[in-house]
Formats: sequence, C-alpha cells, structure tokens
Amino acid sequence: MSTAASGTGQRTAPDEARNRTFGALYSRNARAVISRGLMATRSTNWLVMVSGFFEPVLFLVSMGVGLGAIVGDVQGPDGTPISYAAYIAPALLAVSAMNGAVYDSTWNVFFKMNFAKLYQGMLYTSLGPLDVALGEIFLALLRGMLYATGFTAVMGALGLITTAWALLMIPASVLIAFGFASLGMGITSFLKTFQQMDWINFILLPMFLFSATFYPLSVYPGPIQWLIQAMPLWHGVELLRQISVGSFTAATPLHIGYYLAMTAVGMLLTTLRLRSLFLK
Amino acid sequence: MRRVHNEAILPSGTRSGSPPSRPAVITAEDLTKTYGDVAAVDGISFTVMAGESFGLLGPNGAGKSTTMKMIGGVTRRTSGRLSTMGLDPDTHGPEVRAHLGVVPQQDNLDEELRVRDNLLVYGRYFGLAMSYLKPKADELLEFAQLTDKARAKVDALSGGMKRRLTIARSLINEPRILLLDEPTTGLDPQARHILWDRLFRLKEQGVTLILTTHYMDEAEQLCDRLIVVDKGRIMAEGSPAQLIREHSTREVVELRFGSERNATIGSRLSGIGERLEVLPDRVLLYADDGESALEEATSRGLRPLTSLVRRSSLEDVFLRLTGRSLVD
Repeated sequence: MSTAASGTGQRTAPDEARNRTFGALYSRNARAVISRGLMATRSTNWLVMVSGFFEPVLFLVSMGVGLGAIVGDVQGPDGTPISYAAYIAPALLAVSAMNGAVYDSTWNVFFKMNFAKLYQGMLYTSLGPLDVALGEIFLALLRGMLYATGFTAVMGALGLITTAWALLMIPASVLIAFGFASLGMGITSFLKTFQQMDWINFILLPMFLFSATFYPLSVYPGPIQWLIQAMPLWHGVELLRQISVGSFTAATPLHIGYYLAMTAVGMLLTTLRLRSLFLK
Repeated sequence: MRRVHNEAILPSGTRSGSPPSRPAVITAEDLTKTYGDVAAVDGISFTVMAGESFGLLGPNGAGKSTTMKMIGGVTRRTSGRLSTMGLDPDTHGPEVRAHLGVVPQQDNLDEELRVRDNLLVYGRYFGLAMSYLKPKADELLEFAQLTDKARAKVDALSGGMKRRLTIARSLINEPRILLLDEPTTGLDPQARHILWDRLFRLKEQGVTLILTTHYMDEAEQLCDRLIVVDKGRIMAEGSPAQLIREHSTREVVELRFGSERNATIGSRLSGIGERLEVLPDRVLLYADDGESALEEATSRGLRPLTSLVRRSSLEDVFLRLTGRSLVD
C-alpha cells in the first residue's frame, strides 16, 4: 500500500510540501479548501444559501415599494430626485454583502473552529493557516457575489437601474464582503462562547439601521455623523449608492480605500490568529 | 530522494530488542514543553526507528499528546532537539506533516462530506492529484472495511467505523510514520480488536507506528518498544516483555478482602512473594509462582473474597514505577 504513488512518477505529499515561498504559513493550496467548501455546500448547505438571497429582496419590496409609496421621490447622490426604492436598494445590497460575509466568517467559522474541529484537521496536513483563511474567505465572497448578482437582477426587474454603471455594484459588493469577511474571521478567532457571538449581532443591527441606509446622514448632529462615518457599513452604502447612478466624487476612492485597508488588516489578523491557535 | 524510502522501511518483522540498523525516523533529545510554569513534557529523549512500532504509555496528562503534537510541528517545543524524518518540525512543519499520518484523540472527520469524499478532500489538502487520489481512496476504503459505506454520511457511522475512517484518511498521503493518539479509547471490545488487526497489518507493511495509550493490553499487542511516561518524564523504556521482566515478577496474585479489610490484612501477608502492593480495592502479591504464593496466603488462615492469579502486565510496571494506577 505504501508504494502506490511511488511507482507512477506522480508527485508525493512531501514533494508538494517542499520549497514553499511563504514557509509554514502558505502552501498555495487554498483551492483545496475551496473545493472542500463547494462539496460541502452541494451536499448540505444549499438551502441556507437560498434563504440568504431572499432577505434583502423582501426588505426592498416592503420598504422600497411599500413605504416608498408614501415617501415618494427623494434626493439622489448626484442631487437629482430618484424613487425611494432606488435610494435604498444599493444600501440594502451593501447590507446584504455585509450580512452574508459576516455570517460565513463568524457563525460558520466559529462552528468549524470549535465544534467540527475542521481547521485542526486541515492544519495537520501540509496546508498553512493562510491557505485556510484565503479559502474560507473566497467561499464567503463567492456566495456574496452570487447574492449581489441576484439582487442587482431584481433591481433591474423592478426598473431601479438607470445606468450601466450599476453593474459595477457587483464587484463593489464583493469588495465590501471581503472587508467584512476577513475582519470577521479574525475577530471570531478570539471568541469562545455563544454569548460572545451574540455581541456580533449587537454591533451589526445598529450599523444596519443607522448607516444612512434608509435616510441621509444629514439628519444626525455632527458628532453622531462622525461616529457613523467611522463605521465600515456607511462607506459601503455610500459607495454602492454612488455607483448605482454613476455619480462619483472625491470621496469614492476613500470608500474603496477604507475596504482595502479593512481587508488587509483582517487578513493579517486572521492568519496570525490561526497560526497561534493551531500551530502553537 | 523520494523513491528510496520504500526499500528502507521494508517490514523486518522483528521485535526490536537489539538496536536495529534501520534509520532513525524520529529523534528527540531533552525535549521540553512548558505552559507557563507547568512542564507538560519535561526533558524526554527517545529515538524511533523506521518500521518500528513505538508506544508512549502513561496516564492522562502525562504529556503524551503534547509530545505527538511537537513531532508533527503543530505545537512548538520550548527547548531541546527534535527531528522528524531528518527535519525540524518547528521550521519545516508542512514538509514534516506530509510524511505523517495523524489520527487525533478525538475524531475530526468532516461531517459535511460523505465517507469517500472525506478521503479525497483530505488528500487535496496535501496537494495530491485527483488521478492518484481516486483509486487510493477506494483502496483505503477496502482496507478500512468501509467500501459499502463509501456514499454514506459520516454521522451515520458507528464509533468504530469513524475511527477506521480516520485511520484510512491518515494514510491518504502514504505516510512513512503514523501517529495514533489513543486510537481505541471509547470503543467497545469488538471494535478495538478490528482496529488492532488493521493497525497490525500496517505494521506488517512497514509503516512506522507511534501510539499513545493508557491501555496496557493495547501497548502489549501493538508496541515493539515503549516508553512509560509520567508527569512529562520518562520512567522506563524497553519492550513490553523487557519492562515486565525488569520491573515486575512473572505472576501476580490479586486478593480482595473487601474494602474495609484490605489495608489491615496487608501486614499479615508480608514475606510472601517478592513484593506486596496494598490498593484500596485489592492487595497485589508479586511472585514468580503465583499459585504457591496463593497457597501460602491461605495457609496463614487468610480467606480472601476473591483471588486471581495472572501474568504480570504493564499495569504492574506502571504501578511499580509511579505508585499509581494508569486508569484512575
């Protein structure tokens, strides 16, 4: 049995593990983690995924179309009036990108880390912590991209898209999801109990309600505005809202930069934490 | 480099009493791991030869699992030298682990995947090609007697089947060394015997087995050589037979007088056999001839509730070395 691969000239596990640029941290094999995730989704998780798609759609229909009938038109990002549904739709997309990424990178990761011992098994192979982090986050982003594509299609069907720029909302949503997923996974690695996991919702819900999602930031007094502008979701809402009508300002690169920085910090944190948790 | 090893670890079938000429696959010198002030592993040294079946025997908390983790490079050592397959596990973790098959104490199978997919996916973690993995997975399912469960979900398997699947999974990368941490803990007797049979086959094929256990019978069945570990230190080293010879008598008489009386009767037994051990639940008489020791005890007018003459086991060795039982 211990000779099967040896006779065929195929590369063995030690061959694959040798000469790694990033040493123990990374084996350029995040795709193994990704294909594991796709296999698992195929056999068990697909229903959870479908339900995640409907959440923002239901919000859009009830708030945008229903409440929008009373609100009427509001001022869009470029100053011209747009329907209330068109105003909140990009914000809901940002929220959905956040929720999907956070769910995948927190509850899902929490379970795999503490109960399924999945990462423990992975790191007993040639995989490095960065492979695991990249693979899991990629899966979160793939899911986020599917949701964003679906939601953008719904917006189109409801007549809320007026410019081709709006298609850029899909990659922008992925960027938002990247920021939340990488930071979320890093933070989750510190949490040990379900009670601590509840803090995540405690932060997400107010962020969802107050990040200029349903009305403009200008309704708040100055200091509250600064607080909200420091939070990540507001940047996502503003970015997608600008993209939805194709109206960009000097703040646009700032919003993008915010997420790039958040992603970098999150990836660094996650990799270091996985290393200290499992390779101590 | 990578093809040569198969000749090097051909099964020799010998119980290693004399130092074999086979190459060392693991060398530990003064290996230490401390957590804060506590030394989990306290300066142990040992060598494992290719193809050997090597055991770490000791109670829970003796430092066995920590030693295993250091061998695989998933726990960094505090001090000392350690080499696995000629590599330092702390600096060459991934390459070391590519040579290893790991069976952890708790099954960590992927419950979201089916039985055969567990093997395929695990092989992918090593970067192995699907064209190699597919026939290999089928071969290992056959070996683990799980072929008819290939499409089953993992949580539908019994405890013994899960354990066999974990072992099959650990073999997917054709490891030179198999690390087994308490491989049969929690299994019923029948499942244990099936598992021992599988492990024995691997041993026959020349795979180096390193196992931790707190079961005497397991150590006696599977290990060519073992170290007895307690509180992070090595108490004794040798083959099971050697250890029993050195640290115990050939036979043991177990006498039970009822929990109240064991201690008081102990003094009336002195002089019989070579050694006397009074435990809360029984008195142990160590003698080369158990039957005559038992006769002598009864001739002193002692009437135990039960008596049993048996061969010495590693349990007795451990008791002798540490003054404590292995399983509390």
